[in-house]
Amino acid sequence: MSNTQSLPAYLLQLADDNFVHGHRLGEWCGHAPELEVDMAITNIALDLIGASRSLYQYVADIEGNGQTEDSYPYLRQEREFRNLLLVELPKGDFADLMARCLFFDIYQYHYYKGLTRSHDERLAAIATKTLKEISYHRRFSSEWVVRLGDGTSESHQRMQDAIHRWWDYTPELFKASSVDQDAFHAGFGIDVPALKPLWEQEIAQVLQEATLSYPLRAEGAWFQQGGREGLHTEHMGYILADVQYLQRAYPGASW
Amino acid sequence: MISQKTILEWLEQVPDPEVPVLSVVDLGIIREIHINTPDQVEVIITPTYSGCPAMHMIAMNIKGELMARGIASVSVKETLSPAWTTDWMSETGKAKLKAYGIAPPQYRIDKDPGTIGAIVPCPQCGSKHTTCISEFGSTACKALFRCQDCLEPFDYFKCH
Repeated sequence: MSNTQSLPAYLLQLADDNFVHGHRLGEWCGHAPELEVDMAITNIALDLIGASRSLYQYVADIEGNGQTEDSYPYLRQEREFRNLLLVELPKGDFADLMARCLFFDIYQYHYYKGLTRSHDERLAAIATKTLKEISYHRRFSSEWVVRLGDGTSESHQRMQDAIHRWWDYTPELFKASSVDQDAFHAGFGIDVPALKPLWEQEIAQVLQEATLSYPLRAEGAWFQQGGREGLHTEHMGYILADVQYLQRAYPGASW
Repeated sequence: MISQKTILEWLEQVPDPEVPVLSVVDLGIIREIHINTPDQVEVIITPTYSGCPAMHMIAMNIKGELMARGIASVSVKETLSPAWTTDWMSETGKAKLKAYGIAPPQYRIDKDPGTIGAIVPCPQCGSKHTTCISEFGSTACKALFRCQDCLEPFDYFKCH
């Protein structure tokens, strides 16, 4: 696969992760346990949507043909979205949210740190900017996991359950898709499986401080995957129904 | 022939829509000014945070200001690199923030990139006994603090 073909596909993986996760965080607006947490979650959502815009815009600039940054989130079908399954999972309680944010934020931190060295100048610029914001996200989710884990018996139990509930969605983060492999060989993408030990070490540190445990996984054990190939959970359809309703009902609408 | 210096002076009249005491020049988001012909100027700006919703309005206001000054064709473009940092905020900008009641960024990123727990003095009473309530405030660029002496809450413009 040539550079020109694999770069948009690679950018869309990143953009879709940010966009879908930002959307899910936005669902918490007005529903967080306290006002300051509500503001934090929506601030983080805004950062992520901003990052997805920069990435979608880059794809639009490469593909031309009348595409805009809006073409990708609003007009693609479910199987064209290439986000991780982890970010499309449904709302759950605050512990569920913090578990998934913890997994995602630490992953994103190491991922984007690598991306700042991408041979693609514009992608490296997007990564450098986004990394500064991810540092705040990572601090927020890890501090909350520690508070909840090392909190009351109820918060501890809920946080422990959440870690276990979503753990099987994490191996997908470190599986290189064919797009990842092409991107890495072309020099603009990172070595995705190499993130795993960095992630595991940091997760272990946070969970230890939170007095929480995590499941042991046998090498080669089954895990939830398919997002990078466009094979999503049943939850993705509902997300797109929300996100795309207006464009589908009134094609070409703008204001 | 219009000079870049003149254009920069004009741009000092364009406020940040969220924090109107600051101009876009104080913020450090004006990266380049290209005077292609006396009638055609291009301004390159950079966003503060990725999701900053004010950038569109800022671009419109820059165009409006320069066209009102008689420049026939104004284009505003965004660049992401190098990434914006509070190190680019002017000293007058920081003073204006403090007078407005927002604590200005307390250190330079290029000198001290590791310090998250800097002491932030209260912009109302000057006390150094302040606590961070949340790193996420009313806008992407601000954190929420409380003064333990005068008991007032205040926004802190985060070092970024």
